[in-house]
Amino acid sequence: MFTIREYKRAASLEEAYTLSQNRSNVVLGGMLWLKQQNRSVGVAIDLCDLGLDTIEEMEGSFSIGAMVTLRQLELDPKLNAYTHGMIAASVASIVGVQFRNVATVGGSIFGRYGFSDVLTAFLGLGASVELQGTGVMPLDDFIQMPHQRDLLVRIILPKGDLRAVYLSQRNTKTDFPVLTCALCSRNGKVSCAIGARPQRAMLALGADGFDADFTPQSAAAFGDFIAQNISTGTNLRAGAEYRIQLARVLSKRAALLLSAQGEKACK
Amino acid sequence: MQVSINVNGRNITADIVPDLMLLDFLRQHGCKSVKRGCDTGNCGLCTVFMDDRPVLSCSTLAARAQGHQVVTLEGLQEEARDFGVFIANQGAEQCGFCSPGLMINAIALFRENPNPTDEDILTYLAGNLCRCSGYEGQMRGIKAYLAFQHAKAEEVL
Repeated sequence: MFTIREYKRAASLEEAYTLSQNRSNVVLGGMLWLKQQNRSVGVAIDLCDLGLDTIEEMEGSFSIGAMVTLRQLELDPKLNAYTHGMIAASVASIVGVQFRNVATVGGSIFGRYGFSDVLTAFLGLGASVELQGTGVMPLDDFIQMPHQRDLLVRIILPKGDLRAVYLSQRNTKTDFPVLTCALCSRNGKVSCAIGARPQRAMLALGADGFDADFTPQSAAAFGDFIAQNISTGTNLRAGAEYRIQLARVLSKRAALLLSAQGEKACK
Repeated sequence: MQVSINVNGRNITADIVPDLMLLDFLRQHGCKSVKRGCDTGNCGLCTVFMDDRPVLSCSTLAARAQGHQVVTLEGLQEEARDFGVFIANQGAEQCGFCSPGLMINAIALFRENPNPTDEDILTYLAGNLCRCSGYEGQMRGIKAYLAFQHAKAEEVL
């Protein structure tokens, strides 16, 4: 059973951070996953009055507030123009519109859930996170850290010459993914994140050794490379070996789509 | 704690416990169209409008709705009745338990995209589960309603 003793709308980030240091207190995101837990919360800290529900485009980056909903990510024209629709593709299969109007990007990223499409997409895009206590750090480092009592303020998405593709495999529509793949090329450097392994998303080290202009042969070699350089596990949705095969296929397909994006841009 | 929420155009001020969900708040105040289905955010039965966006009331704290405008099917009488006829004509409501959530989300779709393709409809309504109809009747009802609305608009022109 999930209970809350006190609900508090934080008046400032400092107040929210101070409150969050108490072990029984929790910072609220969309509450969709939190509510499923058997937990007694002391103070539920709501950030909804802090103006963290906007997506801002700056000169060298996008700044995405922690309270931005997944639906906002899906519909934001500038963000999706920049990512070639990759952000919208990454959230489109998450339950339904009414769910995505409630779920927040901060909740998805801070929770570092293994099943998270959002985590995989932003990891592949080379995002950073801004934490109230710790400051700014690469998302890749944040993912590998143990959970700490901090407060996610925003996600920072660096801009550059970008190509981006997101693919996922699900056993059934709207279910958690069995495997996710975010393949990007920023300023010519290839990065590939694989998620729902079912562990937290990870970057495939060495992906930057590949040229973003994939041929059918190099895309197949890339698929083999990804399959050899990620680790997977077994849960009720799929086995570890099946996930390796999926990683091989999805990364190969993503490589061909990434290449096609480059050709389209040239035309 | 005390909250003040505008429900179907009426301001309701009430003392609530901090973990009261919007779903329970609405039902306590007479909005019985709002149904509890899975209670895990997956079925869409509890969908209501909050500031014109469809949200899951089973996963939204009533405290978070403080100062917002909430609209349930009770607040959409005319729009809901018009659309409901088309759903009923196709036998798509069957047990009817999922119908209020479906109708709220379908109305959200019509407002956002008045000319949806079949794929747009399926995608938008993916979060509304129905265990009776197999969705075919709902699709027929939605398409018939849209065709009727478009014909009506053309008549006006």
